[in-house]
Amino acid sequence: MADTATLLGKAAVLEGLPNHPAIKAILASNSEALTDAKFDFDELTLTIAPEQIRAACFALQSAGYNFFEDLTAVDWFPAAPRFQLSYHLLSFAMKDRIRLRVLLDDADPAVNSITQVWAGANYYEREVFDLFGIRFEEHPNLRRIMMPEEWVGHPLRKDYPVEGYR
Amino acid sequence: MNDLAGMPVLEPAEGAKDQHMVINMGPQHPATHGVLRLVLEIDGEIIVRIYPEIGYLHTGIEKTCEAKFYQQVVPLTDRINYLDPLSNNLCYALTVEKLLALEIPPKAQWMRVLLAELSRLNSHLIWLGTHAMDIGALTVFLYTFREREDILRLFEAVAGQRMMLSYIRIGGLAMEPPLDFLDRVQAFIRIFPEKIDEYANLLTGNPIFRNRLVGVGHLSAEDAVALGVTGPPLRASGVDFDLRRDMPYSSYEKFQFNVPTSTACDCWARYEVRLVEMRESVKIIQQALDGMPEGPVKADAPKIVLPDREKMKTQMEALIHHFKIVTEGFAVPAGEVYQGIECGHGITGYYIVSDGTAKPYRVHMRYPSFPTLQALEVMCKGRMLADVVAVIGSIDIVLGEIDR
Repeated sequence: MADTATLLGKAAVLEGLPNHPAIKAILASNSEALTDAKFDFDELTLTIAPEQIRAACFALQSAGYNFFEDLTAVDWFPAAPRFQLSYHLLSFAMKDRIRLRVLLDDADPAVNSITQVWAGANYYEREVFDLFGIRFEEHPNLRRIMMPEEWVGHPLRKDYPVEGYR
Repeated sequence: MNDLAGMPVLEPAEGAKDQHMVINMGPQHPATHGVLRLVLEIDGEIIVRIYPEIGYLHTGIEKTCEAKFYQQVVPLTDRINYLDPLSNNLCYALTVEKLLALEIPPKAQWMRVLLAELSRLNSHLIWLGTHAMDIGALTVFLYTFREREDILRLFEAVAGQRMMLSYIRIGGLAMEPPLDFLDRVQAFIRIFPEKIDEYANLLTGNPIFRNRLVGVGHLSAEDAVALGVTGPPLRASGVDFDLRRDMPYSSYEKFQFNVPTSTACDCWARYEVRLVEMRESVKIIQQALDGMPEGPVKADAPKIVLPDREKMKTQMEALIHHFKIVTEGFAVPAGEVYQGIECGHGITGYYIVSDGTAKPYRVHMRYPSFPTLQALEVMCKGRMLADVVAVIGSIDIVLGEIDR
């Protein structure tokens, strides 16, 4: 808990953490990939443009964020943009964790798969596809993982009732 | 790597239809540790492809959490990794406490470390017993369950429950541990190192056990990192990373312990790493007992932490807080946080998004068995069918945490 300051917005984070390796890596690969940023609860969150996520992951991987830890989604229904993807990356060497955020619209949400960067993202992307209905382009095997193949709907969406359809 | 990680196996590959066969292993096979179904393409006895078919235990627990108050989620977390219940409680509590910026009293933190390590021992004992049993060494199972019973009695003393403890709550512990609890833990860990020697005696020199494990299930460090493998399998592949030491939580930075690693990358390395880990856990528990601070076990936050029963019955203020927490819950500041801890199987992480109300907007659980299962094909490809059982045992999966 060294730094408990809260920085909101891209400008504030760039000013407050000018030498953060993750920010430097993303800006060096494509300065337009980073659309927003925040630092709160001692965690750094970088919002990435949806079409840039794979390139950003490659850049971060070579910058030392060697481990893909987690991927999930949040449904902000009925707000727009509706879906948020949250990637958690870990650096074993720097002992640091960052979160990447990708915002997607309601209509046909899709984003590039990052299985080319970390093969371990395979199950996570299938899980998000199954439970949220977000497609991952160029995923090797995008099918349902938890629910039966013939299931209708995506249970973790907010317009899906907790007790299911009866 | 991409063709390895999870293409469906429905029929033998083109050009090998006469030679290859597709068979099912599970979901009721006892060696699959629950309800794991593996679809295997085999060439005689040699594994060509493996496709794990999961979801048989899926209960939508993340969706259920969205309909509960924050404090009502704690008992749900027990049921995910049912062999290591206190780690689940701990990880969830730490995540919510991060959102609330709650300060946890030192005694509660040390008790949490002590209990998390007991819970890790519990998890490793079940792993050792079932792993050896899968391979044909039935005796060890009876020995490990003897000590597991001791741990479950300690759990029962402290929480009133043997498996679904819910003892670690948001803001501290559920209640003070019973008076003789620490003495009982001390008595247990005094005898426990001898018991580890006993297991090692039964297995380490056993030629059948050794032949079934040495060189089997090779997982390189690169593959382990790429596939998201954590915990003992990662360290047995030579990657020296343990969240307890490298990104400490709940005052783990005050404890001295070693993180065992091995570069052999096989099932035997995972066996050795876990055995050493049990010894290190005993060291941590001893330090926790020796340095156990005095003081309360609950944070000073009357609107979040339930008051003691006695206070609730005698003090007006406490009664009001109790009533409010139980009926309305407590509001948690808006935001998103992630907290990872090192449980018996690897990195457990909770990701909680709050919208400022008394119910979590989204709870996501990252559990180590889920990504580790992806590595199964890498470890088994080109090996014999019988090795699959050894490899599943060595990665120590729990289907409850895969399917959630």
